[in-house]
Amino acid sequence: MSNKSFTLLVLAVISFCISSYLSINQRQRESVLVVPKSALSEYGFFIGELKDLVPNDGVVPYSLNTPLFTDYALKARFVKLPKGTKASYEAKEVFDFPLGTVLIKNFYYPKDTRKPQKGRILLETRLLIHEEKGWKAYPYIWNKEQTDAYLEVAGGSKNIVWVDKKGKKQKLNYQIPNMNQCKGCHLVGQEIKPIGPTARQLNGAFAYKEGKENQLVKWKSLDILEKLPSEDEIPKVYTWNNPYEGTLEQRARGWLDINCGHCHRAEGPANTSGLFLDYHTEDPYQWGIFKTPVAAGRGSGGHSFAIDPGHPENSILVYRMESTDPGEMMPELGRTTVHQEGVALVKAWIKSLDATDFKVGRE
Amino acid sequence: MHIFQTSYTSSNTMKTSYLIITFLFITNFIQAQANFQKEFQTKFIMVEDGETIQLPSGTFDLTTSLWLDGKKNITIKGQGRDKTILTFKNQINGAEGIKVTNSEKITIEGLTIQDTKGDCIKVQETKGITFRHVLVEWTSKPNKKNGAYGLYPVMCSNVLIEQCEARGASDAGIYVGQSKHIIVRNSKAVNNVAGIEIENSLYADVYQNEAINNTGGILVFDLPGLIQKKGGFVRVFDNLIKDNNYKNFAPKGNIVAKVPDGTGLLILATSQVEVFNNQIINNKSIGTGIFSYYMTEDPITDTAYYAYPTGIYIHDNEYERRKVKATGKGRLGLMFRFKLKFGKDVPDIVYDGILDKKKLDNHKRLKSGFQLCIRDNKNAQFVNLDAENDFKNISKDVSIYNCSLNELQEVILGSNK
Repeated sequence: MSNKSFTLLVLAVISFCISSYLSINQRQRESVLVVPKSALSEYGFFIGELKDLVPNDGVVPYSLNTPLFTDYALKARFVKLPKGTKASYEAKEVFDFPLGTVLIKNFYYPKDTRKPQKGRILLETRLLIHEEKGWKAYPYIWNKEQTDAYLEVAGGSKNIVWVDKKGKKQKLNYQIPNMNQCKGCHLVGQEIKPIGPTARQLNGAFAYKEGKENQLVKWKSLDILEKLPSEDEIPKVYTWNNPYEGTLEQRARGWLDINCGHCHRAEGPANTSGLFLDYHTEDPYQWGIFKTPVAAGRGSGGHSFAIDPGHPENSILVYRMESTDPGEMMPELGRTTVHQEGVALVKAWIKSLDATDFKVGRE
Repeated sequence: MHIFQTSYTSSNTMKTSYLIITFLFITNFIQAQANFQKEFQTKFIMVEDGETIQLPSGTFDLTTSLWLDGKKNITIKGQGRDKTILTFKNQINGAEGIKVTNSEKITIEGLTIQDTKGDCIKVQETKGITFRHVLVEWTSKPNKKNGAYGLYPVMCSNVLIEQCEARGASDAGIYVGQSKHIIVRNSKAVNNVAGIEIENSLYADVYQNEAINNTGGILVFDLPGLIQKKGGFVRVFDNLIKDNNYKNFAPKGNIVAKVPDGTGLLILATSQVEVFNNQIINNKSIGTGIFSYYMTEDPITDTAYYAYPTGIYIHDNEYERRKVKATGKGRLGLMFRFKLKFGKDVPDIVYDGILDKKKLDNHKRLKSGFQLCIRDNKNAQFVNLDAENDFKNISKDVSIYNCSLNELQEVILGSNK
């Protein structure tokens, strides 16, 4: 190699290294600007190795009866209230959590769904922090070494490979939302709100270290929940994939509630459509029966109604759940694949509906 | 770095080192491509109220929407329509190119958005939104795979759209929905299903625009089932509405899929609309239509919805059309072919004649203030379809509509310039 070309090469290598270093440095600076903590480890939520997610004192694990689908990722959820404070029970909405509450949601895939002992790949941890000016959402992305996760306001994407429950190898380009996309789901009116921790979602058993127990009862005994009414007054969303719980309609509407109802409700960002899929909407027209689309574009799939009773194959709702095209799929964010089992549930429910039960006026 | 070592031991070192340099430049370039996505989005998140986000010159290939939320007094500024081009042809995430939500006094100017999977720019729940010198387009031939809307402010107030252009939208190029206080002016809409659409919106002035070669040039619609129930007080004037004969490529199920090709201006169920001084030229099916929602044949389940257009004033427009047949496509095409049978002499102003019985006086005419008035139009033929009675008494007599209504007031926007 001639001297000249060697010098050129060295220069190129140096410039490459410098530019990489600068961009990393810049990123770190920007992250620090937003919140006090740029790494998940700094919060002290977990003890031992961070990736084992063993909760520290005062950090309580929880689960939802019917969770939101995010590309088959599993989620380990925790809540941390400031010492000595309590959440206040609400029958319909998310509990009223005190200032300083943090909801911690870790997204991961088991390396092999059939063999959990093989370990997992942690992708991101989303924090919802109840600050003075309201709830704020912060996405943290796990490093390759799985030793820590770092705040990344602009989100990102990761290629991931795992083995599903049928032993099939699955690959996908997992999308980590940016801070504003977090709001896309979490906005109620003008404010960010948590979605999951409602009475109906927490009203179920959790396998605690100390044994299995109803989550709400546990929260009460931990003294982090007040105003809990008697058991028979507490609503419950049935587990979407347990055919022994509730009716087909209850399970399907529970699935629609958590997957769609946070946006598609009178106070949510999708209220422009007039389609309300939250648990509390009672008018069948508003939840889509014989409802014509407003701004669906090609999301209509050529169909006339959100739900055509008896005909899932003619229902826009199903078409958009089955699409993975960003211009037509629903939800707009949070998935790149189809939730086959969820689609099957909603299809079975629409199939079971009888058009003659719904009066359609023509004045 | 193992490549570095390989090269060092290679016999053909010169060639290899050039290869490596090229490789490094490419790596840097790819990294830059990935970085501007992140850089732009970070700017959109971190921008402080009152600041301008400068987008540089160049064509930027983005895979995710850029989202601005909860900001005040922000300008998103490109270096000009021809200079700053954001293309989304490889988009994998997000239902629009740029999204703005829950903000105040936002201006987007001097840039082009291309080939988004969904809408090009969606702005929701924002008080004060200005689009200026913005081109939104789908670069392929118009087809149903194009996104729905080009410019898409919805549930906004103080909307100003000027010197913008929209091309190829499979629904509406420029669409203002469920909003209040709107001006759309000096803009152009070409090759969309609907050129410009004002839907369930109050107080809109649409003027000095060109709507050319769309399926329908300008639409003023009120639809059922929405949060903002009622639109109205819309003025459409000084526009060139020409050659809107493009075949309808909207996906079925959407209301615009029912708009017949060859529609110049269509008022559907909106009240208080004044249409004047427009040139409405060579739109083969309906130069100007005044329809109730019943013409869509869709069921109405929204009890708070009002399906009739009332207080419509069409005056001082200039019409011109070639001697060609109206469309034969769609349900309204069937109507033209089998019910109306106008042949090549298709009237310019088409009224469905469906009346709200509750608003009639003793002579079975619409009460004062609710009437349809048509006067002083140049070269205009009129028809009342009597659609309510299966087109039995089709009438071309316009004399009973020779009246005038109070002129609507000019729309004044709040201070969002």
